[in-house]
Amino acid sequence: MKIIPFMKWRWLAVALSGIALLTAVVSLGLKQLNWGLDFTGGTLVEVAYSDSADLVEVRETLAREGYEGAVVVSFGTDRDVLVRLPDGYSDEQGAVMVEKLRGATEMSVELRRIEFVGPQVGEELRDDGGIAMLTALGLVMLYVAFRFQIKFALGAVIALAHDVVFTLGFFSLTGLEFDLTVLAALLAVIGYSLNDTIVVSDRIRENLRKIRRSSPSEVIDISLSETLGRTLVTSLTTLLVLAALALFGGEMIFGFAIALLVGVAVGTYSSMYVAATTLLQLGVSKEDVMVPEREGADQEGLIP
Amino acid sequence: MINRYPLWKNLLILTVALCGLYYAAPNLYAPDPALQIAGASSAQEIDERILTRAGTALDEAGIDYFGEALQNDGKSALFRLSDREQQLRAQAILSRALGDGFIVALNLAPTTPDWLLDGGATPMKLGLDLSGGVHFKLEVDVDAATERKLTQYETGIQKRLREERIRGRVSLEGRQVAMQFRSEDEREAARREVVDLYPELFLDRVDEGDTWSLYAQVTEQTIKQVIDYAVAQNLTTIRNRVNELGVSEPLVQRQGSNRIVVELPGIQDTAEAKRILGKVANLEFRLVAEANAPVSQRQRFEYRSADRGGMTEWLERDVIITGESVSNAQAGFDQNGQPNVMISLDGEGGMLMSRATRANIKRRMGVLFIERKYRTRYEQGEAGEESVVRVPYDEKKLLTAPVIQSALGAQFQITGLDNPAEASELALMLRAGALAAPITFVEERTVGPSLGAENIRLGMKSVQAGLALVVIFMMLYYRVFGVAAVVALAGNLVLLVGVMSILGATLTLPGIAGIVLTVGMAVDANVLIFARIREEIVGGASPQTAINSGFERAIVTILDANITTLIVAIILYAVGTGPVKGFAVTLSVGILTSMFSSIMGTRALINLVYGGRRVKTLSIGGVGRVAATTPGGSS
Repeated sequence: MKIIPFMKWRWLAVALSGIALLTAVVSLGLKQLNWGLDFTGGTLVEVAYSDSADLVEVRETLAREGYEGAVVVSFGTDRDVLVRLPDGYSDEQGAVMVEKLRGATEMSVELRRIEFVGPQVGEELRDDGGIAMLTALGLVMLYVAFRFQIKFALGAVIALAHDVVFTLGFFSLTGLEFDLTVLAALLAVIGYSLNDTIVVSDRIRENLRKIRRSSPSEVIDISLSETLGRTLVTSLTTLLVLAALALFGGEMIFGFAIALLVGVAVGTYSSMYVAATTLLQLGVSKEDVMVPEREGADQEGLIP
Repeated sequence: MINRYPLWKNLLILTVALCGLYYAAPNLYAPDPALQIAGASSAQEIDERILTRAGTALDEAGIDYFGEALQNDGKSALFRLSDREQQLRAQAILSRALGDGFIVALNLAPTTPDWLLDGGATPMKLGLDLSGGVHFKLEVDVDAATERKLTQYETGIQKRLREERIRGRVSLEGRQVAMQFRSEDEREAARREVVDLYPELFLDRVDEGDTWSLYAQVTEQTIKQVIDYAVAQNLTTIRNRVNELGVSEPLVQRQGSNRIVVELPGIQDTAEAKRILGKVANLEFRLVAEANAPVSQRQRFEYRSADRGGMTEWLERDVIITGESVSNAQAGFDQNGQPNVMISLDGEGGMLMSRATRANIKRRMGVLFIERKYRTRYEQGEAGEESVVRVPYDEKKLLTAPVIQSALGAQFQITGLDNPAEASELALMLRAGALAAPITFVEERTVGPSLGAENIRLGMKSVQAGLALVVIFMMLYYRVFGVAAVVALAGNLVLLVGVMSILGATLTLPGIAGIVLTVGMAVDANVLIFARIREEIVGGASPQTAINSGFERAIVTILDANITTLIVAIILYAVGTGPVKGFAVTLSVGILTSMFSSIMGTRALINLVYGGRRVKTLSIGGVGRVAATTPGGSS
């Protein structure tokens, strides 16, 4: 097998990641996120007209009826219209507005969905989401520290944080809506990226024990080269199904699919470069993984 | 023999696969759109006559139906419709034909065949985002409930001190009742009375100059009880009202400390649903009129319970107290072990009650239950179109009319009930009528039926497209091994759906996304194993050894990787709501089933193909050819 000198290029990777993360953080600071209704509170109404809808007319109707701050956009097709009201309207306004829209046109107006979220619910969701994210990172770090070693745990968590910040930055920059399903996708990204990192870490640990005459940097190169095929294949199959989801899943699931697509792609990179580079900089060595003797002996025995 | 599974292991895998198939099968049968008819009151029986009446009405309107049948021992009836588009119109027609005494609910009737039902196999439930319907989140105003409880303590203590002729000032300060007295003796006397009256209060004595103060603090535990009680009471009331809405499978569930989630599949008229959920029931306590009372001063009411159907009672027009004064009603047993209901009133209610009953011992007192109901009227518009008008009215029915045995106060009991069931029913009605803590709607999501159907269609399409892409890739890349992985993947999908059906899990749109994601990630275990096998071959192992050690060595990695993902999925389940929970469930179940199918299932298939014979090369793509040319590769 050809050994690819991954670690030789690690400073380039660090620079790239640094620039990307800096951009993400700056964008999050300046533009923040385009929070969805789940988090801001407010009212959202989706209706389907029997023929293509005139958005200007819809806006005029709503302005005439006194809906201040209503945002009208078409959704998916030109017959579907999405209206978003800011927080402050009562929970009854969604249904009332549909009636008003029906009254203002000759076309038939079909109700697709109404969502109303009170302000305190949105705030709670935001808090809970943040806590969930931190809990996930914390527990994962504990598990990896327990199964592997603290340096591996740090590498894994830094890689995960890298993926999360990157994906958040992507949503901030593109202005895609960040709703509850995107949050779920972000947690799934943590799960997925971790999967990758564990596989790579597992191989590094194995090779550190097995290969005696190489430096940690070389061992990592060997391990990454060995797992490269698997990493690429798994990412590819996952990206394939996610692409199917983004293409065919419809508008309601689009943000979810995009978050996972971005997260999985960057997660593949981070499990190779971020986790491994961290490990190397923390000075990982044979001594770190030599503890469980019996298990090591078991594994040696399987090699012919 | 290397790479041969013992018979029992193959049988086990086969059994699991067949069970999965059996329990997943009900999901293949699309449900029929249907209408369910039930009586508005539980006493109303549905019989053949009503069935015929409904059938005739549908026939006249030209709506195709079939499979009409009585259900639940004549408590309800079901009509299956041929066309989903006609469901709403059919509902309107039936409601009109049968009148206000019946509730006609939209329903999706499962078409699971008997051979599946016999084994307890049922299809997955669809979440609101797939079936269409309304999701409400209500918040119980616990502050108001706490406030009421505190006021009740204040007036209770005031009244007791007055009765015992203890002079002092009683006032409410935050979460405590403050009392000031002129002497220590008075305070001591008051302390004894308060302990006797409300043992749950925490008492604290403070001396300030020549005023002797006593502070009665309401403990956190009591507050928690008050909140629990207020939420539980609202939960009961809402359950009763939801039944009126005519929904076939409603969900009413407590969430967190003070929230209630209501899910009503099939409902679209949210305004109507809110009106019914938010309506206020009430109680009135009135004396039973004496026989010689003039008609202008009395009114006649029917009994509410079915056992006394048709019986009436004349009550006085004067109302002693209303439900607002009732703070609790609890079913229990009296000293003689007979079932009874304890009723507690607030201070003012107690005073009014004792004033009214003192002079009327041995007379009877009636308790009226008042509900806001709606009568449906059909009006012809100018253009001949018909509009439905719902006119509200108060329905007042008699719950009970016991004899007053002695002067009553803030606490009294109704005895002489026939059985504990009657007692708990009466207590429930009293509580439902009492003013519960106010509720507000904090979240509402309505999904129209067309969007739900579209979500299902799109979801299925993405599962199919994702699956097809992965199948093509795996077969091209891993050849025979790829085929084994694909078969295992299909088995995994069947198992996943089967397990979800057994668990009674609800399928949501993010849940479908979870299934798609599982398809992509489930092959990971196989990819890991196959990569190991290729390495073993490159390292010079024989094909049989390569298969064996490839599987053995990959398992540790697979376990570690999957357990960490499972941790994340569990966290997702813990913090997520509704649809997100659905995603977490499919993800978790998917991880577990995929480990089984890709480790055990694939191994069994590979063993069947290659196990127990001499093999020169493995069809695993890429390095397979390398193995053939390596001298040590085939031994």
